Amino acid sequence: MKILVPVKRVIDYNLKPRIKADGSGVDLANIKMSMNPFDEIALEEAVRIKEAGKAEEVVAVSIGPAKAGSDTLKSARAIGADRAIHVETDEEVEPLAVAKILKAIVDEEQPQLVIMGKQAIDDDNNQTGQMLAALLGRPQGTFASKVEIDGDHVAVTREVDGGLETVRLALPAVVTTDLRLNEPRFPALPNIIKAAKKPMSTKSPADYGVDTAPRLKTLKVAEPPVRQAGEIVPDVDTLVAKLKAMGAV
Amino acid sequence: MAEATDKLLSRRDVQFCLHDWLNIGETTDAETVDAIIDLSARLAEEHFLSHYKASDTHEPSLDADGVHILPQIGEALGHYADAGLFAAGFAEELGGFDLPFLACAASFAHFAAANVATAAYPMLTAANARLIAAFGSPAQVEAFARPQIAGEWFGTMCLSEPQAGSSLAEIRTRAQPDGEDELGQRYRLQGNKMWISGGDQDVSGNIVHLVLAKVPGIDGKLPDGTAGLSLFIAPKILPDGARNDVSVAGLNHKMGYRGTANCLLNFGENNGAIGWLVGQPGEGLRQMFMMMNEARISVGLGAAALGYRSYLLSLQYAQERLQGRPMGVRDGEPVAIIHHPDVRRMLLSQKAYAEGSLALCLYCAKLVDAHGDPDSTALLDLLTPIAKTWPSEYGLAANDIAIQIHGGYGYTREFHVEQLWRDNRLNPIHEGTTGIQAMDLLGRKILRDGSALPLLKAKLEAAAKRAESIEELRGLAPSMLQAWSAIEACLQQLSDRPAERAFDNATPFLWAFGHVVLGWIWLEQAVTAARLDRSAETQAHFAEGKIRACRHFFDSELPKVAAWLCAVEAGSDTAATAPIETF
Ligand SMILES: Cc1cc2nc3c(=O)[nH]c(=O)nc-3n(C[C@H](O)[C@H](O)[C@H](O)COP(=O)(O)OP(=O)(O)OC[C@H]3O[C@@H](n4cnc5c(N)ncnc54)[C@H](O)[C@@H]3O)c2cc1C
Repeated sequence: MKILVPVKRVIDYNLKPRIKADGSGVDLANIKMSMNPFDEIALEEAVRIKEAGKAEEVVAVSIGPAKAGSDTLKSARAIGADRAIHVETDEEVEPLAVAKILKAIVDEEQPQLVIMGKQAIDDDNNQTGQMLAALLGRPQGTFASKVEIDGDHVAVTREVDGGLETVRLALPAVVTTDLRLNEPRFPALPNIIKAAKKPMSTKSPADYGVDTAPRLKTLKVAEPPVRQAGEIVPDVDTLVAKLKAMGAV
Repeated sequence: MAEATDKLLSRRDVQFCLHDWLNIGETTDAETVDAIIDLSARLAEEHFLSHYKASDTHEPSLDADGVHILPQIGEALGHYADAGLFAAGFAEELGGFDLPFLACAASFAHFAAANVATAAYPMLTAANARLIAAFGSPAQVEAFARPQIAGEWFGTMCLSEPQAGSSLAEIRTRAQPDGEDELGQRYRLQGNKMWISGGDQDVSGNIVHLVLAKVPGIDGKLPDGTAGLSLFIAPKILPDGARNDVSVAGLNHKMGYRGTANCLLNFGENNGAIGWLVGQPGEGLRQMFMMMNEARISVGLGAAALGYRSYLLSLQYAQERLQGRPMGVRDGEPVAIIHHPDVRRMLLSQKAYAEGSLALCLYCAKLVDAHGDPDSTALLDLLTPIAKTWPSEYGLAANDIAIQIHGGYGYTREFHVEQLWRDNRLNPIHEGTTGIQAMDLLGRKILRDGSALPLLKAKLEAAAKRAESIEELRGLAPSMLQAWSAIEACLQQLSDRPAERAFDNATPFLWAFGHVVLGWIWLEQAVTAARLDRSAETQAHFAEGKIRACRHFFDSELPKVAAWLCAVEAGSDTAATAPIETF
């Protein structure tokens, strides 16, 4: 079995993003960028499936600037991907275009399973996995907290409101990961060094015939409003009076 | 500015040193280096920092089975071994990864910042394995270096004895020939080794002691001086599985670095501990000296890292602690203490000390990698006493300021800054005290053979020239060159003085020399920073921070050089000749 894992290069989850002074976006100059944490979980899961002898090859894909290839895909190979495909573009690629590029790659590579993060922490869209499954006409198991390969099926335990739901999907399928699926490993030094020697092919969106022109326009990026200090009131009457004064009731 | 998430070192600053300044990409794949640094920062934070307090409060203990250390230390070092970091700097044929010392040093700094006592085990192990790899026979390398490179066994350095600290000539451990086997010339060792870091513990499969000892002459007497010192490998557990005759006579109860078990070891209480000679007899000190630069840079690096973390902690605290109002304002809300000029002065001093120390050690690490080039080696020999001492003294000064910025809270054990200070207080003592380093600098490195001085001078002049061509740095370089001229003038005077008086003020000379070196290191950084692409706001702030720290160093620190040189130049012997009765 072959597993395809798309990984995105995003601002490191530990950092507090700083908004550019002109409000056009987040200042990313020389900021630590890392693999999207949900994608790291997806990759870890794929590598574990391979280590368990249930898959032969793990292929990582990243769509993004040169560094997505040299950094993110290198760490993907250090974690355990056997090979990488870098679709290089400096443009911001929206979920639908990402899904279309991934569909083209899936058509070419024919993986039995695509495991990907449920969302990227920079734009929090939570759309690409679902769009990809729809474009492919394949079953999807989203928000996975457990993934079990069972012959030509995969059982996916999903985190849903109020509990867990298990779905059984016929392969090939698309799975998106939630936080509790696993705890990703540190790539060890020998693997970091070996990673550079594992193959990577570099493509462009045009190679897959996908138009990545944005369909959304960012008007302004701003800090969320600062939370106002609270106030303790002595009794309900005062509370109601205050709310009335604020025009809230 | 450092990110609030930079808990150990500033990631941007490490990148700046490695890439923007020292161009590590010229010799090593840049992304691989970044991946190693990220791995190190993460591992250090998750597994070394996490037991920082615990390793201080739960000191090693000794019972009939030997020394027990905090289990988390063993776990952390297990992760360190799994990540392959013990092997980082070793050659591929030894199971290593051939990384340059510069990359290893930058990686190690994170572990030292997180928990220097835990990091001491791999540091000693690497030093031990490096010595065996350099001077041991193939069989010794296979038997004793390889398991250390794999992180399965740990190593120690057994030099000091109760009566032999700064002066290793006083060593009395005796090595009696005991035949020969496949591991080489075998000896029986007898003696007491004091202060042995990692001398015993219960987390590694075996412990490889490297022991300096003397082989007695035909008359049965030990030779005088250091020429008779030889180096021996004495493992805790012998290759046949039997316990070697090495026992722990006691633990030393230290003010800091407590996670590192520090032992008084008795060799040969019974039949004599078995030890195999490394290389030739009488070569022990020379062998140690060959590895000295790396060992001393590592101590400096640890000291820099400890100062660095205390700077980051103070920087954060100063933005959170509300106290007082700006000058002239009486009412309204109190402000964060970072708004007080005196607190900013302290922070900028810390920044200059901590970042300067780190930069100096990384620069020297790069010189280690250039060992094929005689000029680099000569420069490294000259700078090593500074790389060991300056961070030890000024990293500690940064730790001291950190307590001050934290006020009363800094004086309590609830915060890390007092422990960082206690930990760092070791560094001016071990691996050659500051006083011993001062004599090494002035004696061996300058007065005996001053041929490296012009090399350093050329570096200063080149940096000065670059700085003068940059508008915002103009005016700094001349004061550095002037301070250098004062050093030269002082040396002229010293060389005219009778040899026995030349060292009266060796330590103030070291201080002065160190500050000039740091002035140069700061100018180098400022020049690099001024040339960064500063279109993004964060980059502009980072570069301005470097330039301001440089300016602060030139305004507030460099003038001290003249004061220190006063006593040296005047040949003041007020202290040196003071009769003991007058104290
Ligand atoms: C926590 C800790 C860990 C250590 N780990 C190890 C280890 O793993 N292995 C090991 O072998 N050793 C180790 N040491 C020993 C350490 O290297 C020595 O403590 C150090 O070399 C100083 O020796 P000393 O303590 O005997 O002090 P002394 O040599 O007695 O020095 C006392 C003072 O006198 C000064 N002084 C001494 N001689 C001269 C001189 N000729 N001229 C001017 N001033 C002089 C010194 O500068 C110092 O200020 C460790 C020490 C400590 C505290």
